[in-house]
Amino acid sequence: MPGLGTSFGRGGATTFVQDLANSDCILIEGSNFAECHPVAFRFVMKAKERGATIIHVDPRYTRTSAVADLYVPLRSGTDIVFLGALINWVLSNQRYFKEYVEAFTNASYIVREDFKDTEDLEGLFSGFNDIKDTEEIERERGKLSGHEELQTAPGTYDTTSWNFEMVEVPRFDGNGTVKVPKRDETLKDPRCVINVLHRHFARYTPQMVEDVCGMPGHYVEKIGTILAENSNRERTTAFAYAVGWTQHTMGVQYIRTASILQMLLGNMGRPGGGIMALRGHANIQGATDIPTLYDSLPGYLPMPSALRHGATLKDYLSVAKPTGWWANTNKYIISLLKAYYGDAATPENDFAYHYLPQIAGDYSTLPTQISMKDGNVKGYFCIGQNPASSGQNAELARAGFERLEWMVVIDSYETETAAFWRREGADPATIGTELFFLPAANILEKDGTMVNTNRLLQWHDRAISPPGDSRSDLYYIHQLGLRLKKLYAGSTDPKDRPILDLTWDYESDDPHERAVDEPSAISVLQEINGYVVTPGTPRSECPQVAGFADLKADGTTACGAWIYSGVAPSKTQNNARNRKGDDWTSLGWGFSWPANRRMLYNRASADPDGKPWSERKRYIVWDENAKKWVGPDVPDFPVTKSPHEPAKPGAGGLDAHSGSDPFIMQGDGRAALFVGNALKDGPFPTHYEPVESVVRNAVYPQQNSPTLREWTRSDNQYNGTQSPDYPYVLTTYRLTEHSGIMTRYVPWLAELQPALFAEIDPELAVEKGIKNGEWVTVSTKVGEIEARALVTGRMRPLRLGKGKRVHQIGIPYNTGWLGHSQGDTAGQLIPLAMDPNVSIHEAKTLTCRIRPGRRSAYVSGGEVDVAVPSDERTSFGESVAHGIDSKG
Amino acid sequence: MGNGFFTDTTLCIGCKACEVACKQWNQLPADGYEFSGDSYDNTMALGGTTWRHVAFIEQNAPPEAPPTESRWLMMSDVCKHCTHAGCMEACPTGAIIRNEFDDVFIQPDVCNGCGYCVVSCPFGVVDLIHPADYSVGRGFVSDGRSSDDALQKDGGIAGKCTLCYDRQKVGFTPACAKACPTESIQFGNVDELKARAEKRVEKLQSAGVSAYLYGVDSDWSTGDLNAFFLLTDAPEKYNLPERPVLPSTHQAAGYMSGALAAAALALAGFAILRSNFA
Repeated sequence: MPGLGTSFGRGGATTFVQDLANSDCILIEGSNFAECHPVAFRFVMKAKERGATIIHVDPRYTRTSAVADLYVPLRSGTDIVFLGALINWVLSNQRYFKEYVEAFTNASYIVREDFKDTEDLEGLFSGFNDIKDTEEIERERGKLSGHEELQTAPGTYDTTSWNFEMVEVPRFDGNGTVKVPKRDETLKDPRCVINVLHRHFARYTPQMVEDVCGMPGHYVEKIGTILAENSNRERTTAFAYAVGWTQHTMGVQYIRTASILQMLLGNMGRPGGGIMALRGHANIQGATDIPTLYDSLPGYLPMPSALRHGATLKDYLSVAKPTGWWANTNKYIISLLKAYYGDAATPENDFAYHYLPQIAGDYSTLPTQISMKDGNVKGYFCIGQNPASSGQNAELARAGFERLEWMVVIDSYETETAAFWRREGADPATIGTELFFLPAANILEKDGTMVNTNRLLQWHDRAISPPGDSRSDLYYIHQLGLRLKKLYAGSTDPKDRPILDLTWDYESDDPHERAVDEPSAISVLQEINGYVVTPGTPRSECPQVAGFADLKADGTTACGAWIYSGVAPSKTQNNARNRKGDDWTSLGWGFSWPANRRMLYNRASADPDGKPWSERKRYIVWDENAKKWVGPDVPDFPVTKSPHEPAKPGAGGLDAHSGSDPFIMQGDGRAALFVGNALKDGPFPTHYEPVESVVRNAVYPQQNSPTLREWTRSDNQYNGTQSPDYPYVLTTYRLTEHSGIMTRYVPWLAELQPALFAEIDPELAVEKGIKNGEWVTVSTKVGEIEARALVTGRMRPLRLGKGKRVHQIGIPYNTGWLGHSQGDTAGQLIPLAMDPNVSIHEAKTLTCRIRPGRRSAYVSGGEVDVAVPSDERTSFGESVAHGIDSKG
Repeated sequence: MGNGFFTDTTLCIGCKACEVACKQWNQLPADGYEFSGDSYDNTMALGGTTWRHVAFIEQNAPPEAPPTESRWLMMSDVCKHCTHAGCMEACPTGAIIRNEFDDVFIQPDVCNGCGYCVVSCPFGVVDLIHPADYSVGRGFVSDGRSSDDALQKDGGIAGKCTLCYDRQKVGFTPACAKACPTESIQFGNVDELKARAEKRVEKLQSAGVSAYLYGVDSDWSTGDLNAFFLLTDAPEKYNLPERPVLPSTHQAAGYMSGALAAAALALAGFAILRSNFA
């Protein structure tokens, strides 16, 4: 989550859900909090009972809106305009938290003179390179490894100018000078970040909100006032979002806009404040911490890249930030290599750094899906995921499975992915894929941890043994490792060393588990925690490290994921099992990374002098007598560093920060209103229309994100801008009653929501002759699905300014053809397109058309690359070009 | 007073965890997979195998009106466990009793499935369970008798909320209240719940919400309800009777009219006889 990461330092929710009960105002946007996180929502309801104001902004009136104090609709995909207008309102009316902003953000920094804003360049920042000409595309293609289809990023930025003006100051030790960003503490300089920011958002006015979002403009002042009145020394406001903000080609920038607003309001790191990034699935946080991502190593260390780093460990480390917490990168990567490769990782061989794969392109889900379809992927492991149902352009994914040689699906239920070969329209006789379906144990049937939205590791014990042949995921992965090692045993080929040298010592001590080859989950957690390497001693006898502060860069420690270090500080202690809760921070319940800290950046809960901003909002404060930071949480700051400690220019790590720089992960210790060149699509958020939109961009001449990535091909066509064939906005979401395949097999849940439906406003229903409860067919250029009509006034047609009437259609995202609750899948309607920073897809805002009645039957795709299951779908011509639009 | 439920509809988020927890604990079957088209409600009503039911009432403002005028009311409905229970009065076998927690409980092994209670409930709560479905829910059959013994009859037996009698017996909170994430369903001593509920109403009213309690301090023939509700609109909007009436309250009038009719017939007969004699 680089939206939060670049702004504050870490890509995780900055607070914990229990603390929402202390908020004076909660703005929920990009999330259907009550429906998708009903248990966490209890704390929102507690805040409401205490008198907090709950605001919900969403294209649909949902179960969250029903209990909000204020619900306001907006057109899907326009949140940056609304939030930008709030930023503009807060700055124009001087309603920001001045002391907080001046002390804790980079508001006073001077931006380089050659930086040009979207105000100067008609919606683009300085440094834009349009790489549309063939030669450059070829060159770009050369950078990518081999087979994969080029994603036609319309352009990229040279981000050199997105930076600060630097000045030379004497080093702290008197040895020469060092360059630091130039500041103007009076905030008068027009190139001060805060002034550049204000100029950038000046055109985001209430009128613009009315014209673009379809929301009456007066809501900007109304909501702005509520936010400002609840964001000061005495009061705090929290923001909560989920995938309604992330799943856009501008996803990261949505989060950035909210981050900027929360910095200006001074709510970060304070009780009842922060940004609650709600995670959609039970262990999604864990799956990014110890990542299932191609470009990240455990603990948010970057995966070595042939394009960004070099061939050696030294090259890799030279890219890490020298100041701030990431100055410790060397300790973490070397300890990780020691955990991976044990004795084979030595100082002489760079700790086997060269064993790690080096990425040379984008191997994320969407490009892989395309590669699979093109026959360039041989085998596929699919564990705990169901792309045939929940994937974007789901039919393209299913057609891709047909071209594999082999495929392994590990799940507790037969998923649509495992059953792709017998889907409607498929001809099993023509599919050569060898499919292995392995039954998985569910959570109650295995030991392990889940990491929730609070960054909280909670251990669960096996309650019963899994039925039949079902086994834990850990068993399957462990066996795979053992069998690969056996396969390569005795090889002298250097390229096989990473497999042969991999430490793989997870056998259980428990005779019952050994009898069924079940590895020990606690042993894995202990390796993740880290231990002191003792040559010649097996890991089980090496002492554990107490936390990541103990990790070393000399190969004497090993650690599987530095951020989790401290979870198992001894062989007999598993802090993830702790179950001593209280009414608030509950430090005795589970273990939350980092260092069991519940609220991130909590040094900012005190003023620059270390005193609480107010008694009402007291949290972490400087105790002058004890000379340390104290409070109900683990301080997110060096515990004994005085608030008056001056910064030491030129020093490494946290010494470069002063005692009043609370954001310790940042190079300068400050929250970033302006993120410099850390993101690929701009240092400030800018509104562009989604890939598919019913209107032209009213904010800038530039229609779509100039750096978005897309595939224009016959099996992935876009409806484009203002297509008369696709005149309605389509948005997708999940329901309380269902997550996906897990719930569709449960009769008690299936009866509650037994069918796929499409939510349609009554006006549109009348216009199209659609009757409530009857079938409708919804289509885009990539697919066609049928659903039952749910005609409801909760869907409101919006008027953009005085002009266009916009109808929005909502379709839940949890159905497939298996289980008791069946239906087509919304993913069949969504073409692949992604943001340039994290390769997130655009699934929350599309365009579509709708008609009463059922769809035509799906027929087999036949020829690869023209797999267009419905005849109707091919008759709408070429897709509209995206990216750089011809001006005017 | 005994134990009961206070269901505060202003805290309900319509998650239906109560419905699922109830069916899971009591091992009641799903009722089918029918899409209703009625807001997010697909189970539609309380019944023999649905003992908690969340109603969804949409009150949408027209597109021209401010969105703040829209409301989506949600209410988790349940057996009211009336002070004077119509079902209990009607039961000819004594299967329906008031248990030690002051709750109305149908003894499944005594019930003969006559269905008198079904029509005698002023709230339409009780319904018959088909034997095929009931075999799933054999969990609460007492004395080790198999449910099949009790159910060798076509009509099945009557089913409704037991207020988790079995859970209360061992000191557990009923499944629905335990599962409710927002404390919309609260379980406890009814007097204590009422005191709490009254404070809640005061607080909501002072904030301008038109909240009131349904089933408290009533002069209804059912008496007060052991499962009462905090509502923000008229009872009919939630499919609740404005003034529930026990069928037995019609009995006096019924007997009277019967007696009158008998008297009239006797008089007529007497008149005829007399005329014949004349």
